[in-house]
Amino acid sequence: MEVKDANAALLSNFEVYQLLTDLKQQRKESGKNKQSSGQQNLNTIMYETLKYISKTPCRYQSPETVRDFLITMKGHKLTKAEKLQLLNHRPVTAVEIQLMVEESEERLTEEQIESLLQTVTSILPGDPEEQQRESPMATEDKGDQE
Amino acid sequence: MFVLVEMTDTVRIPPWQFERKLNESIAEELNKKLANKVVYNVGLCICLYDITKLEDSYIFPGDGASHTKVHFRYVVFHPFLDEILIGEIKSCSQDGVHVSLGFFDDIVIPPESLQQPAKFDEAEQVWVWEYETEEGAHDLYMDIGEEIRFRVMDETFVDTSPTGPSSAEASTSNATEEVQKKEAPYTLVVTTCIIHIAL
Repeated sequence: MEVKDANAALLSNFEVYQLLTDLKQQRKESGKNKQSSGQQNLNTIMYETLKYISKTPCRYQSPETVRDFLITMKGHKLTKAEKLQLLNHRPVTAVEIQLMVEESEERLTEEQIESLLQTVTSILPGDPEEQQRESPMATEDKGDQE
Repeated sequence: MFVLVEMTDTVRIPPWQFERKLNESIAEELNKKLANKVVYNVGLCICLYDITKLEDSYIFPGDGASHTKVHFRYVVFHPFLDEILIGEIKSCSQDGVHVSLGFFDDIVIPPESLQQPAKFDEAEQVWVWEYETEEGAHDLYMDIGEEIRFRVMDETFVDTSPTGPSSAEASTSNATEEVQKKEAPYTLVVTTCIIHIAL
């Protein structure tokens, strides 16, 4: 076995989530496992990875939201890795942005961080329950920050 | 967190599977070989992404099975340096906090990388972060099952392929030790110690 390119492309959690759910669907449709002994590893890793990714915000995403997000992000001048982290984690506070974006104090002003947060929370769908709780709290948060 | 890795391999399809579609048999064989396994210096393989190229299948004398060279792409778990991830605390010990992602368990936070000041509570076997505010010191316990955010600092790949007979002398001297030391093929060393206090 030969590895041609160990870093051919970066995948977002959403893409892996889609791939695994499609694969799971396919395997269910094709009937019971013919050789379950060999497939056990695949089953284990699929189950665990799906369980992990389902706890992240990407289960609410769709190809359109990801595309819109990336188009909007073009203006902010962030590296690929930073955009990927924002996509995977959906930060809601300025602290989280500062963690994910390198040297954010030098590269982004406070307004830019605010607008980045706005873009992220508006384009990327979050937990529907949390969003209901977030809207009345939004005014409280702004007060705390100042 | 996940990357796409391009690989090539020769897949052997036994004759009793010839009636199945070649692509399906090959996908199954590749998943059987690589899923949930760590490839040295690459990462933890999750599942097949797609097959990019299939070369001609050959049948060699003496073996009825067909051998096909396949170019494919595989989804591999390989976080990049400084990536932020969220995991669950599995256990705490003197040498640090062990975190798991469900599908990947060998993540360790060494004591120096915990948010300072931190101390190990012997009675409860947990690490505690002493957080001081104007009101006084708060003790934040790192309990098992708690979610924790960390940044990837370093990764180590260990080649766990079986050693040859040349090490037979060394192993006979340890004849009393029946349990072989299991080394994790892929470990991540991470930190929670960041300049800005993470909530």
